Amino acid sequence: MNLNTDSKLEKIMKSGQLAVTSEVGPPRGADLEEIEHKAGIIKDHVDAVNITDNQTSVTRLCSLAACIKLKLLGLEPVLQMVTRDRNRIALQSDILGAAAFGINNMLCLSGDHQSFGDNPKGQNVHDLDSMQLLQTVRLMRDEGKFLGGDEMKKPPRMFVGAAANPFADPFEIRVPRLAKKIAAGAEFIQTQCIYNLEKFEKWMAEARDRGLPEKTFIMAGLTPMKSVGMAKYMKNRVPGMDVPDEVIKRLQGVAKDKQADEGIKICIESILRLKECKGISGFHIMAIEWEEKVPGIVEAAGLYPRPTV
Amino acid sequence: MIVADKKPIEEIIEFVKDRERILVAGCNECVTVCEAGGKKEVGILASALRMYFKKQGRDVKVDEVTLERQCDHEYLEEIAGTVGNYDAIVSIACGVGIQFMAEEYPKMPVYPGVNTCFMGATEYRGLWVERCQGCGQCVLGQTAAVCPVARCAKRVFNGPCGGSTNGKCEISKETDCAWQLIVDRLKTLGKMDEYEKLFPIKDWSTDRAGGPRKVVREDVQQ
Amino acid sequence: MRLDYPSNVKVIRVPCTGKVDVQHMLRAFEKGADGVCAIGCLEGDCHFNSGNLRARKRVEQVQKILDTIGIGGERAQMYNLSSAEAPLFVKHTQNMYEKIKELGPNPLKLAKAKAA
Repeated sequence: MNLNTDSKLEKIMKSGQLAVTSEVGPPRGADLEEIEHKAGIIKDHVDAVNITDNQTSVTRLCSLAACIKLKLLGLEPVLQMVTRDRNRIALQSDILGAAAFGINNMLCLSGDHQSFGDNPKGQNVHDLDSMQLLQTVRLMRDEGKFLGGDEMKKPPRMFVGAAANPFADPFEIRVPRLAKKIAAGAEFIQTQCIYNLEKFEKWMAEARDRGLPEKTFIMAGLTPMKSVGMAKYMKNRVPGMDVPDEVIKRLQGVAKDKQADEGIKICIESILRLKECKGISGFHIMAIEWEEKVPGIVEAAGLYPRPTV
Repeated sequence: MIVADKKPIEEIIEFVKDRERILVAGCNECVTVCEAGGKKEVGILASALRMYFKKQGRDVKVDEVTLERQCDHEYLEEIAGTVGNYDAIVSIACGVGIQFMAEEYPKMPVYPGVNTCFMGATEYRGLWVERCQGCGQCVLGQTAAVCPVARCAKRVFNGPCGGSTNGKCEISKETDCAWQLIVDRLKTLGKMDEYEKLFPIKDWSTDRAGGPRKVVREDVQQ
Repeated sequence: MRLDYPSNVKVIRVPCTGKVDVQHMLRAFEKGADGVCAIGCLEGDCHFNSGNLRARKRVEQVQKILDTIGIGGERAQMYNLSSAEAPLFVKHTQNMYEKIKELGPNPLKLAKAKAA
């Protein structure tokens, strides 16, 4: 196996096994206990844990610190990094810091606009975009160089990924855009939450036509619905989200206290269906503030036990 | 043109409330077109200020002038003879004009009567929209003549981001997604193959990041 | 019809209320008018399409400015009627007259008197 990094995620996917990741959002306070607790719940059922970077632009404990904490606990963190809050100096510096602590995975994102968060009056940076951040990580890792051209003594050995939204508009450039992210250096892809399976499968088929799954590892993103309210919110309020009416109808079809169970059922069924979809290398289960449900989903989807590599 | 918007009168009153002789100075260029700082707006602001002071029982002189441009020394010099009659100037030119006024008359307190917003155009009367941020290194040749710096909320060069929905930006349903516009135009021009070219990391040193900028043209200097 | 309207109402004829600018109304107050009302054609009946609609927006701007500087926005009003409705003209001017009587004179005149 030709490995670029020490990443467990890379090893599992390169060995041809389906990988499972999940994600945890850091707390809004100077306290790492909560993240330790959340990660503890899922650690035996996932291969790596994404730590979000001030998601939805709400100020939280930093992703890097939380990743270090997980690493020290023996877990495999995926450092999410958005280009919204840091310029190229800070981004490169954080990449080095993360690598120095043995953090092996990174996900490059542009980040939600700050107007969604708790500091709508703040400035945004966007010195680089997410693709340029991918290029930056690859330049640092593969060529041992900083963006400024200087060489570094010990390059960061990061397995680097990006997000893809198969549902955002305009649809016709969604696959070209994936190709572009791969060309920029994305070794793995975590997708936006999938509810419209047909549309997703169509996207995957187009990706296969272009041979893209051979060039990157595509992880299907899933988020179990807690309620009809959440489904409606996701459909109407979250940009770039595609929630078909059937999903809402199905949740509406059960008693209120059974909606959460139904949401989990939908999630499990989706995984089982997508396991058959060619070109999928793993699943990224984003159970928002619902970590305790992840082990059950992973088990029911036949993804447990996790491989040891 | 440079687009500005009127400052609330309260804010302007706060600047000049202790003054005795005020000159309200407009500009005949961009701010006239966007109806924030032309002759008409000078008349309205000056009239409002005069009434404000009169109501306070104070006899404050508020005069009006509208210059051809406030971003040119030649035109600013036109008031050199009378400027001594005042103890404050409220300029309702753009931020450039206001500063040039202050530079021209170093001893004169100069206050802004508008908020200078952006470089843009009139979509229709009453709607002015941003089109350029003056980054100093034009990318329109690579982006189908739609600017991602000025028109994408995240100034993404390899867009659209995941927030693009029905052609609109994630920040508001009223805002077009710049990358939707770029893709639409590439399609119209039959140049979709260009979409997959990765846009290299931008040199922002010609943007405000590089500090105050200058254009030096020795060939036209005297 | 030879109807009477309040004798202290000074009529200024303009080709269309669309011609009346914010500046003109403000100047009237500056010069001591206690109230200004713009009386235009019925909405939808403007010979120039939108003159009376523009006038209404301008009156609203004047009201805002008058409120800001402490003179009171109510002193500016916009009415609409057709040229055949003389009794309505009388009614509007009377309304305006009553309103101004209630509000008292233009505060600028009071301030001036105090200062003197």
